[in-house]
Amino acid sequence: MCIIDIKNLSFSYKKQKVLDNINLCVKERDFLAIIGPNGGGKSTLLKLILGINSVKEGSIKTFGEKPHKNLQKIGYVPQNTNVNTDFPIKIIEVVLMGHIGTKRPLFGYAQEEKRCALGALAQVGMEKFANEKIGSLSGGQRQRVMIARALCAHPKVLILDEPTASIDVDGQKQIYELLKELNSYITIIVVSHDLSFIMQYATTVVHINKTLSFHGLSKDNFSENNINQCTNKFCEVNLFQKLKTIKGDSNV
Amino acid sequence: MFEALSYDFVQNALIAGILVSLASGIIGSLIVVNRMVFLAGGIAHTAYGGIGIAVFFGLPMFLGASIFAVLSALIIASITLKDKDRMDTFIGLMWAVGMALGVVLIDLTPGYQADFMSYLFGSILAVSSSDLWFMGGLLVIILFIMTFWYRDILAVSYDSEYANLRGINVRFFYTLILVLSALTVVVAIKVVGLILVIALLTIPVYIAEKLSNTLYVMMILSGIFSSIFTIIGLWFSYQYEIASGASIILVSAVTLFLFLGLGRIFRRIR
Repeated sequence: MCIIDIKNLSFSYKKQKVLDNINLCVKERDFLAIIGPNGGGKSTLLKLILGINSVKEGSIKTFGEKPHKNLQKIGYVPQNTNVNTDFPIKIIEVVLMGHIGTKRPLFGYAQEEKRCALGALAQVGMEKFANEKIGSLSGGQRQRVMIARALCAHPKVLILDEPTASIDVDGQKQIYELLKELNSYITIIVVSHDLSFIMQYATTVVHINKTLSFHGLSKDNFSENNINQCTNKFCEVNLFQKLKTIKGDSNV
Repeated sequence: MFEALSYDFVQNALIAGILVSLASGIIGSLIVVNRMVFLAGGIAHTAYGGIGIAVFFGLPMFLGASIFAVLSALIIASITLKDKDRMDTFIGLMWAVGMALGVVLIDLTPGYQADFMSYLFGSILAVSSSDLWFMGGLLVIILFIMTFWYRDILAVSYDSEYANLRGINVRFFYTLILVLSALTVVVAIKVVGLILVIALLTIPVYIAEKLSNTLYVMMILSGIFSSIFTIIGLWFSYQYEIASGASIILVSAVTLFLFLGLGRIFRRIR
């Protein structure tokens, strides 16, 4: 059964078509990676799944219903976590924001909410920092906090928009290791350019550039040492060429 | 000095100073963390148009200024939520037009030029008891809103994109913050004048921000610092017969420089 089911989806901003006839089925405990060029429609697709933009052509169903009905089941980690780093806010308070939209006390935070937030922090290995100011963290640590915030709402699906865009290589690996752990009970959807990591961790890769091409990737198709060595954008070109040849071979 | 406290107008000035300081500590914190300082400046100067209207038609100053300031806050909110790219142009425009309107209307009012300066630089020693009720009422409203909607306001201020995603009405809270800023600016005009309002809303807040790791602590500290600066400023003003608004701002500014200087020295020593 598809927990996110996209059928014949098209979307345009004003007159420009951004997504054209997308079909995608995300199953439980998938680790889906979305790749594609900037402006190719990746973020738009996320916004549609998250109910920020509304669907006009085709359909998206999350858990069998319209997207805005199941927002609580979808955790979201936004792309840019480096905004407002000077903001006077404790890490625990950032995580507590994950409870927004659920029942809450008249003022302040309920004990249960705090316990839950600390639990989420523990899950990402950041519980020691609960009372620190958000600005004192590194980019990778901040990303973990944002993941904890999303986990706070007990999502069934976790969507991350370029989670490692501004993190050093070690931090990136840690984030992907964490996602892998979480993937044992949560479905993960990640938009990313880090092809070397995607190859290692994702179970499915789709490429979106207005249209969607779906690739069931097995590692055999890629000699790992080839991909692992490259860390820059040129990689992507290589990968796309590889994807094309696979596509040609198997007529996906 | 202490015999001064027996005068009604001195008592009123002290109470007004503290009420406005607490309000501006809370709202100033929101203005600073939301990067709305320029917006607040725009509202303060636009409010002068409201003062002009109030003077011209013989209405209470707070009423005219409040209505005008709230209207300008609503306009600024709708512009910033819609067309972020040109918002500084619009705000600069409202800033100037509001001032011009105020100046013209006060010129047209016969025999009123005397009070012109008091709106620009404050007239805390002329606070009436009805003014105090207005200030107290505003502070109660602010405290009420902060108590019950702190979480939403925190989320909107820290990460509006995420807040929106989780179903918080970001537009509503953004507008609410601006409207509260407008009302706070109006009462602060009475204390330090509209030219100096920005200093009252930012200097204590800036010091408080460095010393706090969470928003509500920052709000409380700002309110306390602001109250202390106001009381010391008033004392200088009384002692040396200088303008109260300017005196309060200079006390704040000197403290800020000392704070920054000492901070540097401490960091060196470490």
